[in-house]
Amino acid sequence: MDESSVPEHAVEDPLLIGGRQLRSRLILGTGGFANHELLAAACRVAGAELCTVALRRLDPAARGSILDVLDDVGVEVLPNTAGCYTARDAVTTARLAREAFSTDWIKLEVIGDDRTLMPDAVELLAAAEQLVDEGFTVLPYTTDDPVLARRLEDAGCAAVMPLGSPIGSGMGLCNPYNLSIIIERAGVPVILDAGVGTASDAALAMELGCDAVLCASAISRAHDPVSMAEAVALGVRAGRLALGAGRIPRRRYAQASTPQEGRPAFDVQGLAL
Amino acid sequence: MRIVVNGEPRMIEGGATVQSVIELLDVAPGARGVAVALDGEVVARSAWERTELREGASVEVVAAIQGG
Repeated sequence: MDESSVPEHAVEDPLLIGGRQLRSRLILGTGGFANHELLAAACRVAGAELCTVALRRLDPAARGSILDVLDDVGVEVLPNTAGCYTARDAVTTARLAREAFSTDWIKLEVIGDDRTLMPDAVELLAAAEQLVDEGFTVLPYTTDDPVLARRLEDAGCAAVMPLGSPIGSGMGLCNPYNLSIIIERAGVPVILDAGVGTASDAALAMELGCDAVLCASAISRAHDPVSMAEAVALGVRAGRLALGAGRIPRRRYAQASTPQEGRPAFDVQGLAL
Repeated sequence: MRIVVNGEPRMIEGGATVQSVIELLDVAPGARGVAVALDGEVVARSAWERTELREGASVEVVAAIQGG
């Protein structure tokens, strides 16, 4: 993409996913917050409209539902299939989520490796096809492979969610080139998922042209999660603004910002009268 | 009869339904964000009362947690 071209990306444009309008381009992952109070405060400060939730075996000793917390804040839930390693498990989990949360939206995760938590491309695509068939609005967590992103889009996914780097690693965007190719070709929103370590990573993702950023650990595991929520939200906004503003091209050498013309001369003799 | 609930063996009266398991786990009526799979198939909340369990059935009862 020519960096000097001015893209049409107004900061106030709503994000459209699966026919739904979102004003906030930061989706908050709820994993890792020490307690519900911190989660609620971070959610408010981030201005998020969508928050991920997961499903696990019911714990009869658990006190207070995360759903009540998110309701109080006024955010919608985006259930995920975190922890699934096969298409079959992911599809069943998505069906459970539809039942539990009365939503067709699913953040589809099918993990293929427990050290990197990288998606299993084969299982992911199979699950996506099945869930689209069943009427789900599928938002798949995917690698930064442009071909796979295209295949997921062709399968009918409502967005694609490439990783910047492994979940919880905080390594930022390891392959901005691949991400930019995904963004350039995508006909559905591209949401950077995983890898954000701090606000500047979120800004960079948005400057590249991502439509939104999903961020969990960078906020929830920060020393001060509420301040980091604000910082990442500002990063998302700053990146979006910068994208719309149109950055200058990179050059190999300097280009003076002050004109040479009209420069006074100090090294010549005056007229000898 | 013997069934398995969330991976734990349990005894439950014959003719028990999915709803019986929900009560066994002390889930508040109308609790939000709870869903059930019976032998790997999701059972809609509206069918909990009428869905009977067989001997050896595996019931997974899940709820919303922080994650992702």
